[in-house]
Amino acid sequence: MTSPDIAVAVDRVIKRYGSVTALHGVSLDIRENEFFTLLGPSGCGKTTLLRAIAGFEDVTEGRILLKGQDLTGLPPHKRPVNTVFQQYALFPHMTVTENVMFGLLRKGWSRPEAERRVRDVLHLVQLSDFAARKPGQMSGGQQQRVALARALAPRPEVLLLDEPLSALDLKLRQAVRMELKALQRETGIAFIFVTHDQEEALTMSDRIAVMSAGRVQQVGSPREIYEAPVNRFVADFIGETNLLDVAVQSISAGQANVLLPGNHPFTCPAAAVVEPGAGHLSVRPERISLCPEDQGHLRATVTGHTYLGTDIQLHVVLVDGETMSVRLQNAETTLVPDTGSVIGLKLETGAARLLAD
Amino acid sequence: MAAKVDLRRFPGFLTVTILCLFVLYAPLIVVAVYSFNASSSITNWGGVSLTWYADVFTGPEAPKFQKAALNSLVIAVCAATAATVIATLAAVAMTRAGRFKGKTLGFALINLPLMVPEVVTAVASLVFFSAIGFTTGLMTILIAHIVFCIPFAYLPIAARMQSIPDMFEQAAMDLYATPREAFKLVLLPLMTPGILSGFLLAFIISLDDFLITNFVKGAGVETLPTAIFGSVKQGIKPNIMAISTLMLAVSVVFVSLSWLIGRTGQDKKQAR
Repeated sequence: MTSPDIAVAVDRVIKRYGSVTALHGVSLDIRENEFFTLLGPSGCGKTTLLRAIAGFEDVTEGRILLKGQDLTGLPPHKRPVNTVFQQYALFPHMTVTENVMFGLLRKGWSRPEAERRVRDVLHLVQLSDFAARKPGQMSGGQQQRVALARALAPRPEVLLLDEPLSALDLKLRQAVRMELKALQRETGIAFIFVTHDQEEALTMSDRIAVMSAGRVQQVGSPREIYEAPVNRFVADFIGETNLLDVAVQSISAGQANVLLPGNHPFTCPAAAVVEPGAGHLSVRPERISLCPEDQGHLRATVTGHTYLGTDIQLHVVLVDGETMSVRLQNAETTLVPDTGSVIGLKLETGAARLLAD
Repeated sequence: MAAKVDLRRFPGFLTVTILCLFVLYAPLIVVAVYSFNASSSITNWGGVSLTWYADVFTGPEAPKFQKAALNSLVIAVCAATAATVIATLAAVAMTRAGRFKGKTLGFALINLPLMVPEVVTAVASLVFFSAIGFTTGLMTILIAHIVFCIPFAYLPIAARMQSIPDMFEQAAMDLYATPREAFKLVLLPLMTPGILSGFLLAFIISLDDFLITNFVKGAGVETLPTAIFGSVKQGIKPNIMAISTLMLAVSVVFVSLSWLIGRTGQDKKQAR
């Protein structure tokens, strides 16, 4: 539990608001120097957890440890963590310098030291020329960097980020992702990042905790989360997937023998908790290839296609009436089958995975 | 915006507007204009002069008015200050303490003085002071003024507070500020326009008050409004018009200031 490379340990945390339970016994270990993302739809409890770490919410049960120290009962101003707020919450009556210096002075730094640190941090976020501005005179992207500088200046043990990119427009958001990741590497501290944007989570994180309805569904690297989702929620929330009803015949050593629609036998990896019977097969649409109708794992009728630029999404219906989508790369040689034609679908290795509910 | 009703199309719009403006402002204009009358008549125009303004400061009634004006000023400053402090604390409690038992009741109690007929408050104050054996004088005026100034100070302050999201205090505390420092360094500066606006409003309400003051003032103690009233009882002289015009000017300046300060804060917030 208090292993030396754990920055934040969340230990069976329960949070209730009256009769509503926001967190149902969440346990997580966030490592030192790690970009850790709490990912989930709104209302899944990710922000509540972040606020509990910051000290704005007290937990009903369980505890949160920071480098082995129990934070329970400690008010926000006594916790060595800093937050980048969703709306930045820059003090509008202070200049950029005063904003960034605020935490340093409260923490008891001497003014010359604080001034030096402010210069360094503003340099780090490339805002040296804006030191005397007020937040109201800056763009959204600049304000976001001031918020980052302000939170990083007092050298927090862990940096908390509450959807800090959601107020930026798309282009800027993509650029800032890389900057954030680089900043995390440079500072060498753990970043705990809250988002509902799965693309953001996949591109920036070392590890992701997918949350839903107050519970952690899965923790893993972006690749693990995407390629080996443990349940339907994770498979569906991360990226796009086809979920097929299949009959599970047997499971051994994590491999499942299933009958696909059309009674074609198929072997694929299974999430640990699946039992024989009816199951759900997740098939990523970009891991399916087309073939003549009698040579694939599945037989399907084409019902149409959607042009997406880099890809073409093919809509098909299976013999049992289930619909699927298939992604074809938009290359010069790509042949899009006509609507109404019958084709075979070949599931590539690793394309499919049997899931628990 | 385009869907707004064009009021000017209603029949009689212009007539009603002019009538209302006339009833509201014609008397004020007459008083202001006649305060510059050279003649001592209040009906005949005898040319422009500052005679009556000079009379206010040097004439036979000057010492009486000066004393009354000083009383008014001292009371207005003290009452507005006390009311603003109380109203600020009330506003912090009402907007920051979350939901607590009796919050709605508290809100009603703070604002009730606005609804109670002033003469009732006046009578009640007088009865109260005599019941507890408090000698009427400057002190009773001051206490009564503090009481009725509170809601006037409270309204702009609370309005301002409601527009300040609590994320600023949270950010301050996240950055190692104690709750006290978060209040002093972050919330208070953001509230300042509301507080100033509330103070100015309370100040002008106190300065103008006649009814309650007249009930609770002791014998021989006068504020400017009661002194003017006393003087008018012996016949309207142009020097009263001059004093009234001066008070009008002070009121306009303070109310405008209150409004402008309230607005600058709003603009800054929108620019963010």
